[in-house]
Amino acid sequence: MALIALGVLSAAFLMGFGLYHRARPVLAGRSLPDLLFSTSWHPAQGQFGLGGFILGSLWVTAIAMAIAIPLSLLTALYLSEYASRRFRELARPVVDVLAGISPVVYGVWGMLVVVPFVRDVLMPFFSTHFKFFPFASDNTTGFSALAGGMVLAVMVVPIMVSIMEEVLRTVPAEIREASLALGATRWQTTKKAVLRKGWPGVIAAVILGFSRASGETMAVLMVAGCAMQAVPKSLFDPAYPLPALIANTYGEMMSVPLYDAAILLAAFVLFLMTVAFNAAGWGILLRLEKRAG
Amino acid sequence: MRGRLIEEKIFQGLMMAATGLVMGTLGLILATIFVKGFRALSLEMLFRTPQGGYYIGGGGGIANAIVGSLVLGLGATFLALLISLPLVFYLNIYLRRKSRLAFFIRFALDVLWGVPSIVYGAFGFTLMVALGLRASLLAGTLTVALLIVPILARGMDEIFRMVPQELKEAAYALGSTRWETAMKVVLKQAFPGLIASVLIAFGRGIGDAASVLFTASFTDSLPTSLFKPVATLPLAIFFQLGTPFPEVQARGYASALVLTLIVLTVSILARRLTGRMINSIK
Repeated sequence: MALIALGVLSAAFLMGFGLYHRARPVLAGRSLPDLLFSTSWHPAQGQFGLGGFILGSLWVTAIAMAIAIPLSLLTALYLSEYASRRFRELARPVVDVLAGISPVVYGVWGMLVVVPFVRDVLMPFFSTHFKFFPFASDNTTGFSALAGGMVLAVMVVPIMVSIMEEVLRTVPAEIREASLALGATRWQTTKKAVLRKGWPGVIAAVILGFSRASGETMAVLMVAGCAMQAVPKSLFDPAYPLPALIANTYGEMMSVPLYDAAILLAAFVLFLMTVAFNAAGWGILLRLEKRAG
Repeated sequence: MRGRLIEEKIFQGLMMAATGLVMGTLGLILATIFVKGFRALSLEMLFRTPQGGYYIGGGGGIANAIVGSLVLGLGATFLALLISLPLVFYLNIYLRRKSRLAFFIRFALDVLWGVPSIVYGAFGFTLMVALGLRASLLAGTLTVALLIVPILARGMDEIFRMVPQELKEAAYALGSTRWETAMKVVLKQAFPGLIASVLIAFGRGIGDAASVLFTASFTDSLPTSLFKPVATLPLAIFFQLGTPFPEVQARGYASALVLTLIVLTVSILARRLTGRMINSIK
């Protein structure tokens, strides 16, 4: 049993090392900043700049978080501070089910609902009334960074809501009572007492949601359009995030020299990024848990 | 005075709207998948494998993917259980509550839980190359097992921690060893919850596509060997939607319905089991 425990502890290192080891050929002879920041991706000519894909990831994830943060914070606050016990018990399974649905099914839903919505409603409105960054675009398909971000937002909201709600509920009831007794309204209590005490947990939930969104693959692959953009210019342009790149090269990556190493470098970058974010997020949460006893 | 009451109302409204939106989205997703999927669903789809030209509108079904997903999901869950169960015993029976090692193991599991499945897929691919395997049922099962170990172990760990300390102490006081306590007292109390964790992990494993893309590949036939590629539902959905033919895409929607039904059944079962366990502890 102790052996298995050690195995789990070393699994993370093994994974990082395995990916790094396979990525090494492409690192030899090329500088790391060049690989990470250059946006010229021409595998056939031996150019493997991942910059465009990393920016694509950040762009789609940023859109997702802009939608998901307010939505999940308001929902979590409602569930923990306002909702009746019965409603809470009704809402929790809904959140759980949302978290359990397959990413591909989210992708299907995105293609059926979100993409047409972006194409027929949002895009015509914004790109005719606001002809400037980040709305101007000539991509009329609906498969766009915005569609990807919206689907991702729906996917990470359940995780963020359940973490936030759990943390907010550990705020002692006495603190709320003290604030209410001083004549504060419920919202003032929520804002100035509950959130003041619970904000590290909210930050942790945001970090974990960000990390989850940046690694999500299939759903984004299905709705974001996946055309390479050097620098994101519009919400309505296609985006090509890092995980989608990895998934898309399936089948062809053994045909060009160093291609597979470049793809595994992409996976390694993604690995490091998500490990760092998760370590930060869970670090905060475990610390909170420890303090609460 | 009035200002803060107005603020109260505004934020209350916003919170209710947000909650409604989140709940409504689930309804919308399920409704979309059910309505779109039901139209194309047929017995032929469930019980036949793709025939010639299936992806350009030919006959057949997705039995290859349904069976493949179930076999791969069950295998991976079983492997993950072999790793997680001893680990969770170790965490909760042998290590002390405030143990530093236990803290680090939990932390490592949580971090691994957050590593995206495409990275597991890529790692599975490097393992495959290192072991000299080809994309196969075996490689896919191993990769998905790795992917769900953190989910399963952390889920079971939470369940074990819900078993009251007094119960364990009572068992020790009666002279039981740690192992006896674990097997006869803790396991018995936690059993429904553990099954629930297993179901949730299975649901996650069966729904994941990014990890099996490289490792399990895809095939039109039923799984016959550990060393041959295997079809999975998420990839079947993905490939069918990737074709330009509406009738094939419609079958993709039906496949999505099948997958969603499996995952829903599993998660409802899990929910009922956890509910039963919480009631028995109270």
